[in-house]
Amino acid sequence: MNSFVLFFHKLGSPPYFYRFAGKWLPWLYAIALVAAAIGFYGALFTAPADYQQGDSFRIMYVHVPCAWMGLFAYLFMAANGFIALVWRIKLSETLAMASAPIGAAFTFITLVTGSLWGKPTWGTWWTWDARLTSELVLLFLYFGVIGLYHAIEDRRQAARAAAFLALIGIVNLPIVHYSVIWWNTLHQGQTVNLIGPSKIAPSMLWPLLTLAFATHVYFFASVFARTRVALLELESGKDWVRALLPATQASHD
Amino acid sequence: MKPGTTSAACAAVLRRDLMLVWRRRGDALNPLLFAIIVVACFPFALGPEAAVLERIAAGTIFVAVLLAMLLTLDALFRSDLEDGSLEQLVVSPHPLALLLGCKIFIHWLTTALPLIIVAPLLAQLLQLPAPVLPVLIIALALATPLLSLIGAVCVALTVGMRRSGMLLTLLVLPLIVPALIFGAGACNAAQNGFAYAAPLLWLAAWLVLSIIIAPLAAAAALKISLS
Repeated sequence: MNSFVLFFHKLGSPPYFYRFAGKWLPWLYAIALVAAAIGFYGALFTAPADYQQGDSFRIMYVHVPCAWMGLFAYLFMAANGFIALVWRIKLSETLAMASAPIGAAFTFITLVTGSLWGKPTWGTWWTWDARLTSELVLLFLYFGVIGLYHAIEDRRQAARAAAFLALIGIVNLPIVHYSVIWWNTLHQGQTVNLIGPSKIAPSMLWPLLTLAFATHVYFFASVFARTRVALLELESGKDWVRALLPATQASHD
Repeated sequence: MKPGTTSAACAAVLRRDLMLVWRRRGDALNPLLFAIIVVACFPFALGPEAAVLERIAAGTIFVAVLLAMLLTLDALFRSDLEDGSLEQLVVSPHPLALLLGCKIFIHWLTTALPLIIVAPLLAQLLQLPAPVLPVLIIALALATPLLSLIGAVCVALTVGMRRSGMLLTLLVLPLIVPALIFGAGACNAAQNGFAYAAPLLWLAAWLVLSIIIAPLAAAAALKISLS
């Protein structure tokens, strides 16, 4: 077994992950904060105003990274849910359930910023456009997963059921992503491409990519923090959790 | 004891579920009444002008039928869970997906089929133009099995929960939105004189996929919930 695979196997153990995430957490928060500061500086000061939309286009710098994160968080949740269902790894259950509220929050921010931007640009807060609708459905899927997780008494069974629901709901993901291509609607098409040239000026692009990086790092920081707490709760009877408690508190148990 | 053949087990499930519905045939009429009442509420709220009702007719009927079916989904496995027969299905030597498929079929037969049969009446209440009616019937015939199938997966996840009704709605609605869009979309296209085959074919394709996958998914979900 090479060292990378070994590391991955170790990561599946709750106490190891707890320490690993604890070590990385401050760094991730710091990196996310610095990247966000640089990105926002670029977005608000150096990027030129759009020739048609003026300054209102700057909402995009929050909207687009959050929209990407809404999808990414779902993918992360579903992938962990799959691992949890197939290999019954406790850590994956916890990671999947920890990412659900974060993804829901990102999706919610996407909808709110989109509607704030839509008012001056399209002249309406909301329109039943394919991408908006599919994004709303994504939010409801998140709510469904969170609701199901909290409705079942047994934590591990709840996580497995919610993970299963997340896997069923994954059919919506390509619909959200390709909605602007399949249906020619009000929401503008894709302008940033991973492969090939993007249809956006470089001076406007780099703050966007920096902010996207910041939100990704923040997502992992947030997932790690939530997972650490969830693991403590889930494993509260185990020795490694007791060992973490201060001596005075441990004596009360 | 030698277990019977799988087809005999399926026949037994079908016969038992049909008989249970027949013994409580009054309850089986509830979704029908619900759909009629919902549809009848719209003219009261919007006024009786035929031009207004005509435009919303297909969409309203679709929503009313989906809501009526949603009402019955909650009880899909409940009585079986209470009397223990659901566990018997899970531990039986026959494929669980097949047995659940039979149960889902009976659910569709006893709740959706009556709704489709009264659809012409609902259409008449809302002044739906006569040429659109066949499209509405076909769209309902394709969309209602989808709801039964997808709904069964969600019910299997929430089985054993008290007060699962609201949660079930939250789980089912996002998954059923495409069926609503395509089904009602086909009717609206037909009403406006556009081609309506494409959305119906999409529905049909999705239905074929669901018939294969949904019983398997429901079986997997049920095993998670009963574990």
